[in-house]
Amino acid sequence: MVEFWQNLHPAVQLFLKGIAVVLVIFPLGGIGSLAERKISAAMQGRPGPNRALPIWFRWVPVLGPFLQRLGVFHLMADGLKMLFKEDALPGHVNKVYFVAAPILAMIPALTTVTAVPFGAYLNGEGELVPLVLANLDVGILAVFAVSSLGVYSLIIAGWASNSKYPFLGGVRASAQLISYELSMTLSVLPVFLWINAPGTNGSLSLFNVVQYQSQPGLLGGTWFFFLMPVSAVVFLVSLFAETNRLPFDMAEGEADLVGGFHTEYGAFKWGLFFVAEYAHMIVGSGVFVLLFLGGWNPLPWLPLEKVLGWMGVAGNHPILFGIASIVVFLVKVLFFIFVFMWVRWTVPRFRYDQVMKLGWQKLLPLAIGNLIFYAAAIAIIELHLGVAAWVALALATIVALFAILRPQSRAAL
Amino acid sequence: MAYVVERKPLSLSERLYIPQVLAGMKTTLKHFFAPNVTMEYPEQRPAIPPGYRGVPTLVKDPNGREKCVSCQLCEFVCPPKAIRITPGEIPPDAANAHVEKGPKAFDIDMLRCIYCGLCQEVCPEEAIWLQNQYSMSGYTREEMVNNKERLYELGGTLPDQHFKWDKKKAAEQRGNAHH
Repeated sequence: MVEFWQNLHPAVQLFLKGIAVVLVIFPLGGIGSLAERKISAAMQGRPGPNRALPIWFRWVPVLGPFLQRLGVFHLMADGLKMLFKEDALPGHVNKVYFVAAPILAMIPALTTVTAVPFGAYLNGEGELVPLVLANLDVGILAVFAVSSLGVYSLIIAGWASNSKYPFLGGVRASAQLISYELSMTLSVLPVFLWINAPGTNGSLSLFNVVQYQSQPGLLGGTWFFFLMPVSAVVFLVSLFAETNRLPFDMAEGEADLVGGFHTEYGAFKWGLFFVAEYAHMIVGSGVFVLLFLGGWNPLPWLPLEKVLGWMGVAGNHPILFGIASIVVFLVKVLFFIFVFMWVRWTVPRFRYDQVMKLGWQKLLPLAIGNLIFYAAAIAIIELHLGVAAWVALALATIVALFAILRPQSRAAL
Repeated sequence: MAYVVERKPLSLSERLYIPQVLAGMKTTLKHFFAPNVTMEYPEQRPAIPPGYRGVPTLVKDPNGREKCVSCQLCEFVCPPKAIRITPGEIPPDAANAHVEKGPKAFDIDMLRCIYCGLCQEVCPEEAIWLQNQYSMSGYTREEMVNNKERLYELGGTLPDQHFKWDKKKAAEQRGNAHH
């Protein structure tokens, strides 16, 4: 089977891989919507969707009621409803852009996946090969570049709708995404400064980040979440803002904007926005897991190779290794999908000025300070500046923390 | 009395925000694993308090006879005119022939009924009761009209200490027509 696969034309391989990834991401987006409903319900102390049951499942003894209770058929019902509902096109919209917006929402959501490695396998020579559609050296840059294109769909949807609330939603979305893109990128820079030692071939590939986190040794096997907690937190907060999830749900806040940018949308076009949001969440949490939580390594200081070695399936079994890595990675990503929904029911939606203040006055300085701190630390390590430099860095950090965390003045209240 | 609420400066953990969010997430997680508090209606039904005024029904006395004598007071008093009674005679050979009259037809249009309970208040025979049936539904307008059989089916028999018709029959047999 491996032979047959390797004998295929590379273009055919790529095409099949792409189809496979889309076939996973798209249903995951749909399942995300169901998970959202069930998890939200559980947090509010209610059972959630548990009614739909196709007639032929009524006769399955245990499984039928269980699946009904789980609400999986509501997923089918939702999908069918979106497909067969009348897809109204309001008369006052700019038709071309109105129809183009949901399609534009899907394109970056499904394109970013190409640069995200979701697993790895050992080839014959004992080298780790990433399971990724395009193992780019600019990895993270490609993800950021393409994913930020997603905001175009929101702006175009808001503008083409030609009505007030969608327009406000689109404006909010664009300002918010630009604001948080800055701190997001800056928070990731220390990670790449850290892994690209001077004199080696520099790379922004996400695969290399995971490789770095699976090294032996105390510092090598550390996940970057423990090494750079500030980066991780800033990245995570920016991720919430980038994916337009609560509490940064400014673009569609139904309390103040009816439905925001998608007010005029319905049926399948609205569904595309919805699935795109979940695809963004999946890709975003995937990037977070790769950067800060060790990718497909089950635990810190415990690479996947070691675990599989204990279980007796070492590197000579590429398929098993690949599947194990994908499973570990997907479990972590799905946990983060849960975290997205968990936070949604915890933190109330911000006011728009609070969103801007948090982005520009809190996260951006924090990300810059964090970058300077790690740049200095790396310089001290690489140039062997010794204890005096460490003391100076520690003092500077403490002073900076005091400056940031000083009690509020009464006038600022 | 008006009083001034002083706005306190935020504490360190409040200004850091993350500890507060984590504390909130702990609370939400507790709710995530807590048992559901909702009642799943069609399967689970709430306990109805005594004296609840649900759907009006007709009841029989402990001997299984209809109490209604088709006096039509409920029909007259009914504010939305939901009750329609067709009075009828009781055949002389029937077991309850000594009862004055009985309804030939008794319809309550539940699309009109407002559950006011005036029919129960006015009924001299305590034959019509608003009981604890509270979910009345149907697919057609005809289905929503309760006829006599349906009303007795819903109402059943209520305990009744009076045995009025028994007393009347006993009095008649003693030769005392006016008890």
